Amino acid sequence: MSQLTCRELSLGYEGKEIISNLSFHVNAGDYLCIVGENGSGKSTLMKTILGLRKPMKGEIITGDGLRSREIGYLPQQTVVQKDFPASVKEIVLSGFQGRCGLRPFYTKAGKRIAMDNIRKMGIEDLKNRCYRELSGGQQQRVLLARALCATKKMLLLDEPVAGLDPIVTADMYSLIESLNKNEGITIIMISHDISAALKYATHILHISDELFFGTRRQFEESKAGKRLSVLMGGEF
Amino acid sequence: MEEMFSRLAVFFQMPFVRYAFIVGILIALCASLLGVTLVLKRFSFIGDGLSHVAFGAMAVAAVVGLTNNMFIVMPITIISAVLLLRTGTNTRIKGDAAVAMISVGALAFGYLLMNKFPTSANVSGDVCTTLFGSTSIITLKEEDVWFCAVLSLVVVLAFIFFYNKIFSVTFDENFARATGTRVSVYNLIIAIIIAVIIVIGMSLVGSLLISALIIFPALSAMRVFKSFKSVTVCSACLSVFCAAIGILVSILANTPVGATIVIADIAVFGIFTLIGGFRSGFKS
Repeated sequence: MSQLTCRELSLGYEGKEIISNLSFHVNAGDYLCIVGENGSGKSTLMKTILGLRKPMKGEIITGDGLRSREIGYLPQQTVVQKDFPASVKEIVLSGFQGRCGLRPFYTKAGKRIAMDNIRKMGIEDLKNRCYRELSGGQQQRVLLARALCATKKMLLLDEPVAGLDPIVTADMYSLIESLNKNEGITIIMISHDISAALKYATHILHISDELFFGTRRQFEESKAGKRLSVLMGGEF
Repeated sequence: MEEMFSRLAVFFQMPFVRYAFIVGILIALCASLLGVTLVLKRFSFIGDGLSHVAFGAMAVAAVVGLTNNMFIVMPITIISAVLLLRTGTNTRIKGDAAVAMISVGALAFGYLLMNKFPTSANVSGDVCTTLFGSTSIITLKEEDVWFCAVLSLVVVLAFIFFYNKIFSVTFDENFARATGTRVSVYNLIIAIIIAVIIVIGMSLVGSLLISALIIFPALSAMRVFKSFKSVTVCSACLSVFCAAIGILVSILANTPVGATIVIADIAVFGIFTLIGGFRSGFKS
C-alpha cells in the first residue's frame, strides 16, 4: 500500500480545470519532485494534497500508516512572517500544535523533540534568536525543524530553495537528502530546478499540457524529459 | 506636590473611584493582549470598525429604550467581528475595504438615530461620550464597571488558555490547517475575544480611541522585543502602566480619561521607537 495515492484528480478554480485526470502514488521512502511551469497548477496540487482545498474530481488516499494530517509542510515565506516577532524555539514548537487538540500547552516530550529537531537542522546556537533577523537559509532550516515536529513520515516542500544563494541551496538539498536517506522520510518537493530534481529525486511528476509520472529514469527517456535536456544543454 | 497627593487621596477615598481604577487597568490589560495578532494580520483598523458598529448598536439600544444596552451591543459587535475576520483573502471585498465600509456605515446610522430620536436633552453630550469615553472617571456608570471587570477576567483566562493556538494561527495559518489545527474555530475565538474587548474598552476610552488601546502597546513592544512571549508580556505591562498613569493624570489635571491614556500610550511608543533605533544602531 502506498503512503499517498492520488486517483484521477481534477483541480481548478471556479469551475475551470487546470489539471485533469491526474493519477500518481508515493511510497514510503520515495523522493518525488513535482516540476512544471508557473501557473501549471503545482501549488494547487500541493494545497489539495495538504487538504487545504478540495479536488473537483477524484480522490486522495493516505495509507501505510500515514494519516492525512501527518504530512509535514515547508511553505513559502509569507508577508506576515517578515516582521513577526517570534523566537526560533517558539516557531519550532508550534509544529506540535496540530496534535495538541484542546490541550493548551506543549508537553515536556514535545519540547525535547523540538530541541532534537533544532539540533538536527544545525541551528542550535540560534534557538533564542528572532526569526525575522535570520538569513533566508536559516529561516528555511527553522521551518524545516517545525515541519519535522509535525511528522515523522512525509514532508512536502514548496520550492525550498527559492531566493537562496548557490552555496546555501546546495546545503539545503543535502539536508533534505539526508532526511530522506537517513531518517527514511518520504519527500515531495515542488521545484523549478530541474537539474536538482534529476539529481536527487527517485520519481518525477511533470505537470504541463501532457502529464508525466514515473521514475527518474523513465522521465529521462520520455519526450518531455528529452526536450528539457536539450534546453539545459544535455547535462544529465 | 502635597496638593497633588491630597487631591488624589480625596478621589481614592471614594470606593467607586478605586473600582473604576482597577477596571481601567483590567481593560487596558485585555486590550493589549490581542494587539500583536491584529497588527500582524494587518487588521489594525478592525478595532475602529467594530467600535463604530458598537456605537451604532448603542444608538439602537438607546432608541428602543433598553436599560442595559449590552444585550444588543455585544451580540451585534460579535457578529460583525466574525464576519470581518472571516473575509480573509478569498473574498471580493478585501479586509481593509470591508472594515471601512462597515465602520462608516454604522457610524452614520448611529449618529442619525441619536439625532432623530433623542433619549435625553443633551444629544451632543451623549454622542461625545460614546465616541471619546467618559470625560472623567467618576462619570463611569457603576454597572458598567462590574460588567467590565467580569468580562476582562474571562478574556485574560481565554487568552492564556488559547495562547499557543493563537500563535500558530497567526504565524502560519496554512501550516496550522495542514497539520490538523482547527484554524477556523480559533479564528472565530479570536474574533469573539476582540469584539468583547472592544465593547468593554468603549466605556473607558470611547469608540474612536479604542484602536489606540489595542495597537499602541503591541507596536511599542515590537520595537524592542524579539519573541512572541516577550512582546506579549511587554505590551501587557506597558498598557497597564499607561492606563494607570493616564487615569491618575486625568484626575489631577481634570482631563478626559480616554484621551489621556492614549496620549500616554503614544509617548511610550515614541520612547520605545528610540530605544529600538539605538539598539539596531549599535548592532550595525
